[in-house]
Amino acid sequence: MSSDPSTTTASGVTERIPIWRDERALRIAAQVVSAVLIIGALIWIGVNFRDSADSRGMSLTFEFLNLPAEFPISDPILPYDPSKSFGYAFGVGLIKTLIVAVSGIIFATILGTLIGIARLSDNWLLSKLALIYIEFHRNIPLLVLLFLWYFPVFTSLPKVEEAIIWPGPIYLTQRGIYLTWPRLTEVGDLWLILTIVGIVLSITTFFILRRIRERTGRETYFGLISIVILLFFPVIGWLITPGSPLQLDVPYLSGFNFEGGLRLTPEFAALLIGLTMYTAAFIAEVVRAGIQAVHRGQMEAARAVGLKPFQVLGLVIIPQALRVIIPPLISQYLNLTKNSSLAFFIGYQEVFSVGKIAINQAGRAIPVFAMVMASYLAMSLLTSLILNIYNRRIQFVEK
Amino acid sequence: MDASLKSLPPPGPPGILRWMKENLFSTWYNTMLTIVSAAIAVFGMYAIIKWVTVGADWRPIVEFPLLLMIGQYPREEIWRIALSLSLVSIMFGLSWAVWGELIQSFAVSLGAILAVVALLPFRIEALTIGYRIYLLVNLLILYLGFIIGRLDRIKSRHVVIGWFVIAILIPLVLLPGFANNEFIPKVPTTQWGGLLVTFLLAIGGIVLSFPIGVLLALGRQSTLPVVKGFSTVFIETIRGVPLVTILFMFSLILAVFMPAESRIDRLLRALMGITVFSAAYTAENVRGGLQAVDPGQIEAAKAVGMGNFLITLFIVLPQALRAVIPAIVGQFIALFKDTTLVIILGINELLGIGRAVINSDPEFIRLQIEVYLFIAIIFWIFSYSMSSASRRLEEALGVGER
Repeated sequence: MSSDPSTTTASGVTERIPIWRDERALRIAAQVVSAVLIIGALIWIGVNFRDSADSRGMSLTFEFLNLPAEFPISDPILPYDPSKSFGYAFGVGLIKTLIVAVSGIIFATILGTLIGIARLSDNWLLSKLALIYIEFHRNIPLLVLLFLWYFPVFTSLPKVEEAIIWPGPIYLTQRGIYLTWPRLTEVGDLWLILTIVGIVLSITTFFILRRIRERTGRETYFGLISIVILLFFPVIGWLITPGSPLQLDVPYLSGFNFEGGLRLTPEFAALLIGLTMYTAAFIAEVVRAGIQAVHRGQMEAARAVGLKPFQVLGLVIIPQALRVIIPPLISQYLNLTKNSSLAFFIGYQEVFSVGKIAINQAGRAIPVFAMVMASYLAMSLLTSLILNIYNRRIQFVEK
Repeated sequence: MDASLKSLPPPGPPGILRWMKENLFSTWYNTMLTIVSAAIAVFGMYAIIKWVTVGADWRPIVEFPLLLMIGQYPREEIWRIALSLSLVSIMFGLSWAVWGELIQSFAVSLGAILAVVALLPFRIEALTIGYRIYLLVNLLILYLGFIIGRLDRIKSRHVVIGWFVIAILIPLVLLPGFANNEFIPKVPTTQWGGLLVTFLLAIGGIVLSFPIGVLLALGRQSTLPVVKGFSTVFIETIRGVPLVTILFMFSLILAVFMPAESRIDRLLRALMGITVFSAAYTAENVRGGLQAVDPGQIEAAKAVGMGNFLITLFIVLPQALRAVIPAIVGQFIALFKDTTLVIILGINELLGIGRAVINSDPEFIRLQIEVYLFIAIIFWIFSYSMSSASRRLEEALGVGER
């Protein structure tokens, strides 16, 4: 193709293409027009902002981060009081978002996988129960589910004196759920270190020995050996510790409240259960679709070469299904993280709620709002980055 | 080999016992699973039936059905909502006749809801005989639309025009009315509420976000760096943050970036937030479809002398959109459910009104489960019928079949 914007007609006369039909001229014109429109809109917004910032006394500086926050946060996890700086309060909110997102992701993955497998079960009744669970949760707004968990369930639990007691013991009360929880004693450090060493060693041994098995075909008993290592170190640690390294922290009634144990506030419990069960329904569909995407012949071939049922699942079906499952799973994890902002409606104070208080309180709307948006964007980008790297790895290994 | 084949008994009749043996009791662990599942199912059903019939107290719903449906909309102006419903009904009847099976499920569901509510077998104070008759008449109107639509003279384009007309007439003229107008006086949007607002936000969001989403998707595929950059940043930013932050931005922060004299209606701000949010997701879905279009199609179109604009409009988009119908319907269902979040702006859509009803009477505080379950059931019915209609649409268009 000639770069000259002209064409030679049949008669041999060179005729210039009119400028309004020349593709290159049109492209440049479109560039200029779109750039002018977008930059113009930005300038318009900027001018408006300058005017209203002047009239409302708003600023764009972040100096207030060091000023006292002056609002309380319920169940702050870290030591907190209203005299701490706003930056610190924001950090508390961020940590509370992370706690609910990470635990929600873990539980939703487990529950969702189980329900997805149940959906594919040969057992008609189990499969239909899984279907009912999925269709129930997928077609109701998360906010309605959260309200259902929070108001009629967790805030309607009995008073502290009349707590419902579940085995454990677990106490269910209006003020929250009190769980018996193992805690490290003063002499427990050695045990903890040895346990961590055991876990690390066990995982490394597992991968090294499995590698040798895959390379040489020699039986290395990698599963058995790594389990022995995993158990050996904590047991040794327990034996050489004078006294017990762990102690069960049992909640007990003291005055009008429970003390000790692990306390989950009603807000946190409702949010975690609602988010987990809602997201699990979506993950179940992802898992089901992933397993169904593996060709039937793969399973039949694996059986034909004599693999045992669980080897068929672990060595043939799951590695192939994961390739299909991971990308939509990433977006479910991101949805869960973003949906954790609904905590605001039931009074669990995470990053959005903390930001909203600050905006209403002091007219620092723009910087605080930017911080909230940036936090969510950072979490989204980070999650998808990590999972994309993992995804690329398994895609690569499989090919 | 031959002998063993011959000695096989013929397959037995597929009886219920055999079905149970194969699907419920094939192995010992399957039997155990069946017993556990059956226990859960029976216990769950028993608890639900017992609660619904004996335990539940539906007073908040039965006493305030109109409030839950239309909010504080003035009761003397209720004929405007009734007229809107009748217009929608006749359009559904027409569309059913013209477009057949795809609209049928919506039309039939609408008819079923009208009939069920009209014929509820117990007395409800707020549901007077007048309302019941109106609902039944509306059922007839739906059917009338169907009969008219069967006439040869009614073409698909007439129905499209009809939808356009009522899409402008109802939300912009009939419902808000005009100041100083005696016939249809102004009803400020602060008085709108309930299921009406949920529907307006959902349908408005769907209708507005779809074209914006398609444009953004095309923009992201564009070779113009400015357009591509803007679309990409816009889509990724919106998709990276939760809807509540977007709604919050439109409720509070938007005012800062607008000229001082402009004041945007609260409901409109909510609609803008939902539209912007949904458009970003629609854009990503459409982009998937755009990438799935065979490049050979575009080359062939260029070879027959079509311009870029025509190629996009008549070659690329129809194929791309067809491929992503399931994803887009899924996005619309999500949008419908997400309308609940507008309560952060103080808009009383269905969930907000439900909360208001609970707070209106100290006795209702312990009846929250009834109110929220009722709302959950309403959402469930509409979301579920949308997803089953989408499945039917997929089958009709042969998406997913290759």
